[in-house]
Amino acid sequence: MTGNMLLEIAGLTKAYPGVVANDGVGFSVGPGEVHALLGENGAGKSTLVKMIYGLVKPDSGTMHLMGAPYTPAEPRAARASGVAMVFQHFSLFEALNVAENVALGMENPPPMGQLSARIREISAAYGLPLDPARLVGDLSAGERQRVEIIRCLLQDPKLLIMDEPTSVLTPQEVDILFNTLRKLSAEGTAILYISHKLEEIRSLCDRATILRGGKVVATCTPREKSARELAELMVGGEFTATDRAGRTLGHTIFEVKGLDLPPMSQFGPALKQVSLQLRAGEVLGIGGVAGNGQEELLATLSGERVSASGTVLLHGQDIATLGPNERRRLGLQAAPEERLGHAAVPDMSLTENTLLTGTVRRPLTRKGFLDMKAAKLFAEEIIRVFDVRTPGPHVAARALSGGNLQKYVIGREVLQYPEVLIVNQPTWGVDAAAAAAIRQALLDLAGKGAAVIVISQDLDELMEIADQFCALNEGRLSAPRPTEGLSIDEIGLMLGGAHGMQEVAV
Amino acid sequence: MMGGIDIIVLIATLMAASTPVLLAATGELVAEKSGVLNLGVEGMMIMGAVGGFAVATATGSPVLGFAAGAVAGALLALLFAVLTQIFLSNQVATGLALTLFGLGLSALIGKGYEGVRPPPTAKLEFGPLADIPVLGPILFSHDWVVYASLVLVALTWAVLKYTRAGLILRAVGESHDAAHALGYRVVAVRFAALAYGGALAGMGGAYLSLVRVPQWTEGMTAGAGWIALAIVVFASWRAERVLIGAYLFGGITALQLQLQAAGYAIPVHLLSMAPYVITIIVLVILSAAHRHGVAAAPAALGRSFHASN
Repeated sequence: MTGNMLLEIAGLTKAYPGVVANDGVGFSVGPGEVHALLGENGAGKSTLVKMIYGLVKPDSGTMHLMGAPYTPAEPRAARASGVAMVFQHFSLFEALNVAENVALGMENPPPMGQLSARIREISAAYGLPLDPARLVGDLSAGERQRVEIIRCLLQDPKLLIMDEPTSVLTPQEVDILFNTLRKLSAEGTAILYISHKLEEIRSLCDRATILRGGKVVATCTPREKSARELAELMVGGEFTATDRAGRTLGHTIFEVKGLDLPPMSQFGPALKQVSLQLRAGEVLGIGGVAGNGQEELLATLSGERVSASGTVLLHGQDIATLGPNERRRLGLQAAPEERLGHAAVPDMSLTENTLLTGTVRRPLTRKGFLDMKAAKLFAEEIIRVFDVRTPGPHVAARALSGGNLQKYVIGREVLQYPEVLIVNQPTWGVDAAAAAAIRQALLDLAGKGAAVIVISQDLDELMEIADQFCALNEGRLSAPRPTEGLSIDEIGLMLGGAHGMQEVAV
Repeated sequence: MMGGIDIIVLIATLMAASTPVLLAATGELVAEKSGVLNLGVEGMMIMGAVGGFAVATATGSPVLGFAAGAVAGALLALLFAVLTQIFLSNQVATGLALTLFGLGLSALIGKGYEGVRPPPTAKLEFGPLADIPVLGPILFSHDWVVYASLVLVALTWAVLKYTRAGLILRAVGESHDAAHALGYRVVAVRFAALAYGGALAGMGGAYLSLVRVPQWTEGMTAGAGWIALAIVVFASWRAERVLIGAYLFGGITALQLQLQAAGYAIPVHLLSMAPYVITIIVLVILSAAHRHGVAAAPAALGRSFHASN
């Protein structure tokens, strides 16, 4: 195949202190090919594409682009060679407008007037409507991604790298993105597509390279494999599905009525007339694209923000004006999305972190003083029951990987046996095995009669564990629908469709 | 003349009185736009004041004096840059330390210069233009530094708004992670912005010791650096408003001096306080009226950047 491949990589190795992120990785991508990189968190996908994009230098190994040796020293060099990347996070400037953001990603941008015209042209050609003069801070997640894609397309890339592009999109937006990608691929642009959403990869990608523990474990044609087979290749073992059987619903224990909240941050949404009801043993899934009020909702339900009296009721008692500890005392616990800095203090040990939420419902204090021995026992219990991989409870929270810390945070709340548990993005950035364990723990808690609210962007997750589904869109919560029999298209419409986007024929 | 106050003289004086604060605030604006909060403006100003004074008296050239003031301010800013950008020290604490360091070091350097008179900074000659009634004394009666400061403000505004360099600077101040991911050198941009800020603060300080006073006294900046910092914040990080804020401050300073001279029965302490209080009140009102819409402060302001991962 040598000679007609666009990108060829052989023996690429990159080690960080204590971990080999990539170990002798090799694969190739042909012109116009849509190539998937599959793997769990920590499998080495991000390090690999960072090396291709010049953000990280490999320790050893070779890369060839169009037959010539390719060693990008920095992202500019990669862009100059025709390699472009759409990031998952961190690459847009909220206070700058679309055209300025695009200009920052280009080597020699034309004057702003011409650039705006080019942006309109490209966005029309690929069905990605975008107003160059708008502030990025005011755009939806899908629109922000369009900014990044257009920024790449303006440079005529030969290889487009996309890192988890669909995690923030509604199903309709995913369709539009895929149409754009197929059109690009038909024009000869190769696409390197990173995701752990298996169905997407099966529908979009021509070939897939699967990474596990920094090594290539398989190369396959994803259409010929089932999602389950791909998952097992990623995990390297049997894959257990969650068990949701055996729950009986009690009567309503938690209720929210006509809740309003002004925006918490500058570009944040306001909550508008949110109402919901939850029965004992029930799991309510709240879907929606990030930034539509998820954080705000969790903050008002957990007690971080108080609301007008009478809007939040637990067992019929008004708790809307109570703080988090008073709500914990009454049986309501919450786990926010941001693990480091919100759910856990990065520089405190796991033992100390139990004390953040655990002193109300567990006997972790004695006569007003902290009982460190009890706290340590509690931390050990969480580590044992939730299989948190760590040397021990003395370790600082920041030293844990995202998945392990998430298991710890969820475990800390679940093991206090709350009557109502609210979690935001419980499995975000968590690998498949840990995610399955967390979901199972939530279901088990509901099985014991607790009411659980799961706020998540992962619709598959919500379909898997929730009994009822609501959509959160621009601070408004839709009426609940039973998840059984709900189709992805219906959910997409509940989530507000494609944000006013017209699909363009390909 | 109104109530013993000559409006034309007042306006002409306010332009000169405002120049130190205007220069320092413009420099700090650029530094903060790049995402660095340098609280050492007062220290950089006073180092500029003593450095400029020393060189100007030694060489007899005020121009060299201003250049030396700018260099002294920039050097102190680079010290701050090394500490905060390379060693990642806390910006607030380092800035405060810089002010104390500058005040102390300038007092030491300045010991031999007390009571010395610096060479005079010449006023620019505009010929017949200076004889135009009203406009002449207001617009055409100043030394070159006043005009230079106005040109620098306009230049700073235009570069930030219209050029690619300005766009990159603003981008670094908005999100250093995103700028780094796109391949921009965050630390280098911030070094340059800090050095520019330090140079302007130093020039502002030199204007105090060479023109405004003109002599060297210990601690002669008397809080001008802090006012410059406040002006940047309440001007919502916009160059044109920095100009308004600085001229407002200078204007009230000039006015209260004239009120004192005209013998009004207002306590002197209230009058000397007035420039600080009124400038801040006006700017607070201005920035409060602008709460909605665009974010005022650079999003990465005061946050340390390290290119890990």
